[in-house]
Amino acid sequence: MSEPLITLEHVTRTFTVKGQTIKAVDDVNLTIPEGEMLCLVGESGCGKTTTGKMIAGLLPTSTGRILYRGKDIATIAGNDRKAYRLGVQMVHQDPYASLNPTQTIYDILAAPLQHHRFTRGESETKRRICQLLEIVDLTPPDDFLEKYPHQLSGGQRQRVSVARALTVLPTFIVADEAVSMVDVSIRISLLNMFARLKDEMGVGVLLITHDLALAKYFAWEGRIGVMYLGRLVEIGPAREVVEHPQHPYTQVLLSAIPEADPEATRAKQPIKLRSADMPSLLRVPSGCTFHPRCPVFAGEVCEKIVPPLKKADWGSEAACHLVQAHES
Amino acid sequence: MTEPTLSVRDLSIVYQARRGQVQAVRNLSFDVERGEAVALIGESGSGKTTVGLGLMRLLPATANIVGGSIVYRRHVNGSSSAGRETEVLKLQGNGLRQFRWRECAMVFQSALNALNPVLRISEHFADTAKAHGYLSGYRQGTALRERSWRLLSMVRLDPERVWHSFPHELSGGMRQRVLIALALLLEPQLLILDEPTTALDILTQRNIMEVLKELRDKLGFSMLFISHDLALAAELADRVATVYAGKIIEIGDVRTVFRRPYHPYTIGLIKAVPTLTSDKSSLVSVPGSPPDLIQLPTGCKFHPRCPLADERSQREEPALIEVEPGHHVACWHWTHAREALKSYQAETQIP
Repeated sequence: MSEPLITLEHVTRTFTVKGQTIKAVDDVNLTIPEGEMLCLVGESGCGKTTTGKMIAGLLPTSTGRILYRGKDIATIAGNDRKAYRLGVQMVHQDPYASLNPTQTIYDILAAPLQHHRFTRGESETKRRICQLLEIVDLTPPDDFLEKYPHQLSGGQRQRVSVARALTVLPTFIVADEAVSMVDVSIRISLLNMFARLKDEMGVGVLLITHDLALAKYFAWEGRIGVMYLGRLVEIGPAREVVEHPQHPYTQVLLSAIPEADPEATRAKQPIKLRSADMPSLLRVPSGCTFHPRCPVFAGEVCEKIVPPLKKADWGSEAACHLVQAHES
Repeated sequence: MTEPTLSVRDLSIVYQARRGQVQAVRNLSFDVERGEAVALIGESGSGKTTVGLGLMRLLPATANIVGGSIVYRRHVNGSSSAGRETEVLKLQGNGLRQFRWRECAMVFQSALNALNPVLRISEHFADTAKAHGYLSGYRQGTALRERSWRLLSMVRLDPERVWHSFPHELSGGMRQRVLIALALLLEPQLLILDEPTTALDILTQRNIMEVLKELRDKLGFSMLFISHDLALAAELADRVATVYAGKIIEIGDVRTVFRRPYHPYTIGLIKAVPTLTSDKSSLVSVPGSPPDLIQLPTGCKFHPRCPLADERSQREEPALIEVEPGHHVACWHWTHAREALKSYQAETQIP
């Protein structure tokens, strides 16, 4: 087996808010092989964005380690550090805020190419930029070079963001809600573009989203991880997680999602939660953090003991005391 | 047959921009029947929010209603005949203030910003009542509080906790529910909801949808949803209208439209949204991007993105015609659109 690209070992991240400490990410373990399509899903405040930022090196971990090709990114140095910094790129959520409004598309894409000496001279830079624009389906590229971000639609801007991430030939892209702000009619084409990057350039993608249906489509061959209050509560092959969810939280989420089909959505029976409100991160429940809301709450064991992730049916791993450990 | 609560006819709204006139709403017509829920679905820039603001006469100064009519009919409880008719576009001053909130209330987009950050929730209710002349004088205090608390519990909030809170002390979902309760304060017969579940988490969305269903059963008002979220329409609407470039291009019963869409754009939208049960290969995105509302394409406004467009689509804009009872479509190719798109999809499928 080849060495994993990125490994998270007991990663925890705390923030101090007005003197109080909150755990945004709590003891997350994750191994991402090269070229994997991975989705992290969860509600706001579950720590998915924080996890993505730590992987991209935009936030340090509080405790625990993140390894890039076996090397700790906190202490990585020299050429390895450069390889990591270039190798993992981030595409942000809001394409209206992540591009400099005073620069043309050419300027935006030329800066990293020239700074990192991927191209030399104007004509080579221009040729490479045109190639990149074609990869992200902004064709013909000549139409876009001299445009400013405000002249493009949301979907086109997001493509520019991806092209910018691709300038430095990354091995992995962290895409934080990268399609939630674009119109529904073009989301699929953006996701298909990511899939093509994987097929043609071997680029792995971590998509952070709150939309499980989208996650299933995106990570068709990959995995979905479900987070709740900072912990990874279930992870497994995408279609299995959606079709045979093991953790009660995943089951609740799936039963609550409204579907774009009147017959199906009205026939759905949402699972009732014991409490409708998400607990505050300042007062995270003891034991399994889902226990105050869990529909299958089983008493003391759930209140006191944090369930570890363990192998369950259908190839998933789930962190729940009630999920039968799967002997393989 | 009772008359509809709201009848919009040939409504046209333009914005004045430096580059020219933005034709946000063009000759748009639809009805909202008594007690009915209608969803206007469309992408950003389709003009759907402008319609909502136009109905409430809350458009910004740069907008101009250049034509059409909006007729609102108040129904008297227990009677099937419509009460007095109001031409919303002719209302002014006090009449307009009475119409807003007493007859027709709106839940605005982005619940996070719609409440005044320096006022407690109780003050929001008091202000609203005062501004629209509800329960004036000495009775206001207790009666208002009673009614507000009843509404707050109906939207599944704990009135005791919420009443003295400031907006920032509430979560997004709680704020959205406060706004819904606030909108229902003066017992309006029509509720307009602009993107009521956007930017909320899945479990919160589910909660809001259930609250809306319950309220409608109990209070019997009509609803107009404005959203880009097809799932919301599928869940809550009785009828769905697809809006493209400021016009309704398809309208019909929610089940019919989702099962048998005729317009290539509606077909495309439905196919572009992944569902939990759908297979990967069934998804296709609509090529191209929404039109420039200042320089609209000729003919059918969808033709630059439509795989079925022909010379006629480029020349003439199709009118909305009834293709089966209650189902209207504006497309030259509606008879064979679904079949034709199926083969088109097979050809362009990415392996």
